[in-house]
Formats: sequence, structure tokens, C-alpha cells
Amino acid sequence: MRERLTRFFASRWGIILAGAVIGLLAPLLQRLGNPPNMGICVACFERDIAGALGLHRAAVVQYIRPEIIGFVWGATIAALLFREFKARSGSAPIVRYFLGMFAMIGALAFLGCPWRALLRLAGGDLNAILALAGLAVGIALGVLFLKAGYSLGRTTRSHTAVGWIMPIFMGLLLLLLILKPQFSKDGPIFFSTSGPGSQHAPLIVSLVVGLMIGFLAQRTRFCTMGAVRDVILMKDTHLITGVGVLLVVAFITNLVLGQVRFGFTGQPVAHSNHLWNFLGMSLAGLAFALAGGCPGRQLFLAGEGDGDAGVFVLGMITGAAFAHNFSLAGKADAVVDGVLKVGGLTNFGMVAVIFGLVVCVLIGLTMRERA
Amino acid sequence: MAKTVDARGFSCPQPVILARKAIAEGEFPIEVLVDTVTSRENVRRAAEKAGCKVRVEEKGEEFKLILQR
Repeated sequence: MRERLTRFFASRWGIILAGAVIGLLAPLLQRLGNPPNMGICVACFERDIAGALGLHRAAVVQYIRPEIIGFVWGATIAALLFREFKARSGSAPIVRYFLGMFAMIGALAFLGCPWRALLRLAGGDLNAILALAGLAVGIALGVLFLKAGYSLGRTTRSHTAVGWIMPIFMGLLLLLLILKPQFSKDGPIFFSTSGPGSQHAPLIVSLVVGLMIGFLAQRTRFCTMGAVRDVILMKDTHLITGVGVLLVVAFITNLVLGQVRFGFTGQPVAHSNHLWNFLGMSLAGLAFALAGGCPGRQLFLAGEGDGDAGVFVLGMITGAAFAHNFSLAGKADAVVDGVLKVGGLTNFGMVAVIFGLVVCVLIGLTMRERA
Repeated sequence: MAKTVDARGFSCPQPVILARKAIAEGEFPIEVLVDTVTSRENVRRAAEKAGCKVRVEEKGEEFKLILQR
């Protein structure tokens, strides 16, 4: 039975199912309260968690997102049921930590991770085209490094406890979300009362959807970065089939729910600064390619016991804190006195993205195995 | 004489890249060692796509994929 299911999930139908389920559930999450065109966004949601914990103080984006917890736990459950839980660690963790930080900085420049880029496109936000193009370019650059022998080195089996740290950390986050402790006057745990952080589906719904997606994604190895990478690297369309199905199903679901508005300017929680949408996601794409997985995949791997992926996730969470504290994150388009003001990055943000690209290129060039 | 590719401990897409390199070199049979189900599936898929016949031996927590032309 387990073998049959494993073969199904590894097949094209398995990944199509995963894409379809995500494409259906993400717009539903939006309908039930998540921010517009943000039914799921791993980057934004990890940023919201950073805010809730007080790691940054941007008041409009502070909420412990149950979807992230569900992603990890769903993967843990799947891994345990199918005997794939394997505590492992040791593949240049400090590099992965900083790759996570730069991936987040790049994603926040666009105001979305690859998952949100797909969902924004499915909602009519055409800025996502620039983002997906940038993502592909960044991944293509990563492929060049991979072909030239780039590697962060082998991971090694660790004590089981190592594999449980991330799932337990997620459990603690869930406790904090439910118990709502306040650790000091005017201190965390924060819950936004306005802005995207205040927009969320009911806790149980978010958690259950996260669990379902985490389970399916672990079984099918769903990965939005791998989808593009495999096409470039070896013309393999297995993963991108799932991504394509996600996009189509999400678009249809949005149409049914009346959640589509085509355009570039004034899109929700988005900006139309084409250059920095492109460059930000190039940085994110390169960082994901160098780290071996999109931000969703890193959560699913962390749930399976992969400590290296866990470190990347922590890098993303703290990277979000830096991004908001140092004014690196993108600012949405706004209408001021009836006039459209295109959003984008501060000078700090632009420097950070360029700096990130330079660092990631250096990592790609220097972390080589001798031929 | 079998060519051995030790891809244990490498995360995707390394095992596939190493396997494809060996396939391109043309020295068969090739033995690819991996230690996760994901890598096993990925290498199997890539090898079959490249026209190889694939046999998998399970050794504890590790897998040995034997690729033949």
C-alpha cells in the first residue's frame, strides 16, 4: 500500500494533484481572510512571524502564520508515515543561513516568494511576469554554477533530536499564537490590527490547509524553484507540470470567486517598479537554486528532519527582520491625492539586492568541488 | 568494471548532475549510490529519460542504482 502510494505521488499525476490542491486552496484562504493575492506566501508569512516575535516592528505585518507551521508539520507527518524522516545536517549551514537571508531580501523587494508570484499572476497582477522572469534568470545563473561543480558539500546523518528541532520550534510558535502571551509592556507577541498582518483566515483553517499542502508537497517533492531549474538543466518538465497546474487552477478559482483584476499599477500589496521586481526575484531565484529548494521546499525538508533546510528557514525569518529594520523591503504602490505613486525600494533596499547578488555569485563561484 | 558514482549526502540536483555526467562519459554499467528516496526517484527518472535501463538495490538506508545502456 505504501509502495503504491509512493509511486503515485512520484508520478506526474501525483504532482498534478499537488499543484491542483494548492491552486484551489490558496485562493480559498484569501477568500477566508488572508491578504489579497496572498493566499499563501512563504516569504511574507515568515516575515509576519518575525514581526509577531518582535524581531521587527513594522506594525502592519505581525502575525504568526499557521500555514507555515502546517507546512512543516504536514511534511513531518508524511515523512514519518512513509519512513522518510531522516535527521541530517552539516552541509555548510552558515552559508545556507545567509542564502536564506538574501533570498528573503530578494523576495521582499518584489513583495512575494515564487508561490505568491504565481498566485499574484493568477489574480491578474501582471507585475508577477517581471518577477517570474527575474526568478528564471536567477535560477539559470544557479544552474551555470551547478554545472560547473558548485556544491555545499555532503550532509551527514545526525541524532534524531536534530531533526525534531524545527517541528518543535513550529509547535512553540503555535503555542504562542494560541496563548497570545505578552512578554513586556508594548512587547511581543504582536498581532497587527491593520494592514496585511491583520488579514488572516481562521486559525484552524490555515493550519489544516497548511498540513494538507505540507503532506502533499513532501510526498511529491513539489518545488517552484526546481520546476524552473529542471527545465533549464535537463529539459525535465516533471516539476513544472505541477507549477503550471497550480497557476491554471488558481486562476480558475479566482475567476469563480471574483478575485481577478488585471493590471500593473495599484495591485494589492504590490508595486509596479519593474526593474526591482525583476532584480529582487533574480536574487531570490539564485539564492534558492544555490540552496537547493524554493522557500516552500525548505520548509518541507525541514519537516523531514533536514537541519540544513531548517537553517535556511531561520535565515529567511531573520532576513525578514533585517529587511524591515533596515528599510530594505519593497513599498507598495499608493494613491496619494488621487495620483498614483509607484512603489519600489529605498536606496538601502537597492544596495541590499545588488550586494546580495554579488555575494551569491561569489558563493556560486567559490564553493566548488575540484573536478 | 563498473563505474561508481557516490552521490550519498548530496542534496538535489547534485545526484542527477553526477549521474548524467557519468552517463555522458558512456562507461557502463554505472553504479549510483544515494541515500534518500527523493534522490533515488530523481536519478531513476533522469537515467530512464537518458535511455538507460535502471535496477535498484536497497542496502539498509541506502540505494544503489545500476544503470545499463
